[in-house]
Amino acid sequence: MAKRIDVSGLTAYYGNFRAIDDISMTVEPRSVTAFIGPSGCGKSTFLRTLNRMHEVTAGGRVEGKVMLDDEDLYGPGVDPVSVRRTIGMVFQRPNPFPTMSIYDNVAAGLRLNGEHRKKDLDEVVERSLKGANLWNEVKDRLNRPGSGLSGGQQQRLCIARAIAVEPQVLLMDEPCSALDPISTLAIEDLIGELKSRFTIVIVTHNMQQAARVSDRTAFFNLAEVGAPGKLVEIDDTERIFSNPSVQATEDYISGRFG
Amino acid sequence: MAIETPSATAGPTGPPASPASAKGATRKGDRIFLGLSRGSGITLLVIMAAIAVFLTWRAALAISADEASFLTSFEWDANATPPRFGIAVLAFGTVVSSIIAMVLAVPVAVGIALFISHYAPRKLATPLGYVIDLLAAVPSIVYGLWGALFLVPHLTGLYTWLDEYLGWTHIFRYEGGAARSLFTVGILLAIMILPIVTNVSREVFRQSPKMQEEAALALGATRWEVIRMSVLPFGRSGVISASMLGLGRALGETMAVATVLSPSFLIKASLLQPGGGTFAQNIAAGFKEAGGMGRDALIASGLVLFVITLLVNGAARLIIARRKEYSGANA
Ligand SMILES: Nc1ncnc2c1ncn2[C@@H]1O[C@H](COP(=O)(O)OP(=O)(O)OP(=O)(O)O)[C@@H](O)[C@H]1O
Ligand SMILES: [Mg+2]
Repeated sequence: MAKRIDVSGLTAYYGNFRAIDDISMTVEPRSVTAFIGPSGCGKSTFLRTLNRMHEVTAGGRVEGKVMLDDEDLYGPGVDPVSVRRTIGMVFQRPNPFPTMSIYDNVAAGLRLNGEHRKKDLDEVVERSLKGANLWNEVKDRLNRPGSGLSGGQQQRLCIARAIAVEPQVLLMDEPCSALDPISTLAIEDLIGELKSRFTIVIVTHNMQQAARVSDRTAFFNLAEVGAPGKLVEIDDTERIFSNPSVQATEDYISGRFG
Repeated sequence: MAIETPSATAGPTGPPASPASAKGATRKGDRIFLGLSRGSGITLLVIMAAIAVFLTWRAALAISADEASFLTSFEWDANATPPRFGIAVLAFGTVVSSIIAMVLAVPVAVGIALFISHYAPRKLATPLGYVIDLLAAVPSIVYGLWGALFLVPHLTGLYTWLDEYLGWTHIFRYEGGAARSLFTVGILLAIMILPIVTNVSREVFRQSPKMQEEAALALGATRWEVIRMSVLPFGRSGVISASMLGLGRALGETMAVATVLSPSFLIKASLLQPGGGTFAQNIAAGFKEAGGMGRDALIASGLVLFVITLLVNGAARLIIARRKEYSGANA
């Protein structure tokens, strides 16, 4: 259920503005890869090129190659809709469908895939909510609206929604930035559990979080405001945090920056 | 209302640190503004109450003098002695023509609004929006003239076709003659309310939260599925409000109906036969020649129209309120 991502020479634009430039990296299956870097360096942009969400923003354009095992995501004839069905995404702010119940939120992806049998849906909803450590809190109110949950619960609901379709890869863009420390810990634990089944990429501004949850860490930077963001280095998290090969990485991690 | 609590007006510039200097200036302005807003509010209420009392009183005079059943009889001889009039035909005509208009206009309006907000490239969406804005500003008498001169002669083909396939229902039986029926009125009203319903719906759809649209996209939803999962549920109450605006216009439309319909005080089984009438059309047609009692009778019928409009709006509010907790307002 987990695949390797191989990016080579990836450049992304917003209209004429080049947001990220010539990025190449490999994301290992069944591991957690963290993206760190200063604000505006293109972490979210890069993340969104990995499931072809970048092109839904006005003027969004991508050059380069993204391979999911041996399938070129930007190859001719590849349907972005089917790419997004295999690569799930969790956003910075929890965004459950407010008009849907908790149950329907989790089942939404399955229904898109044409699964409508109640018994199968029930099973997957329960499994996904358990997988997202939310089952015990919501099992008595599955038919209540998802927007009635707390922020942390909503974010776990979004994770349940994303993993319900058994994606190959799970992309998370600062999934804890709107949450309190306890919900954050809950989600970090969850990431630790999920990595046995999924390839996970997480963007975070929290150094401790990157150090805690990730196996590998990629540091992005930009030369100046308005310049495109670049990948500085990617390495084992332990190494990045103890003995990075680039000085800028060490400066950023230790807070001596700019 | 926040005006009445001085602390609320202090804002970020008026912390308790410097009360003396800030107070004198804001207080005076506040008092003037408070006086003005309170004064105009009260004036408005008084005027409205006066109008309501006047209309109700005149209507009550007419209804108590009415020798026929005001709600159920099919006649309008308000100037006869004793006066005999009933609103059954008008209520039927008003409601039926408005229902036809809604059934035809709302789906089309929602479709156009979705096209502009979510499908059309910006180059096309902007001019299309302007055209629709423009259509909303066309005076209703122009629609009426167009209806009488163009729509009526050109609808006989559609009428014949409807008669051929749906004539057995009696509702769509057509026996020839000019297409000056409630059905034509409904079509014309549909065209007239289309712009306003489209415009309001478009604004609502445009404000549909990007976050939820992206959530749907990231799950692998196609554009239509995004609309179904996040845009339509979000826009639902807005579309209901938009439809109510349109319905309000359709219920009260006067000139366009008066130019197209050939009125009579009969309810026909077929919508395609000329005849019938609406409240507003009947008032416009009869007000000039009506004597004192005739006018009071027309006022009474106008009050019934008002009550119908109120009921419709109340029903819409109920629908919206019932779905409130799912509305996403707190998301
Ligand atoms: N929709 C957009 N249109 C135009 N430019 C954009 C858009 N979104 C982002 N950008 C620009 O692209 C660059 C990268 O932005 P991005 O959001 O990827 O940064 P980020 O690393 O995720 O920052 P943060 O840590 O603050 O989330 C920035 O210069 C930003 O201004
Ligand atoms: Mg970001």
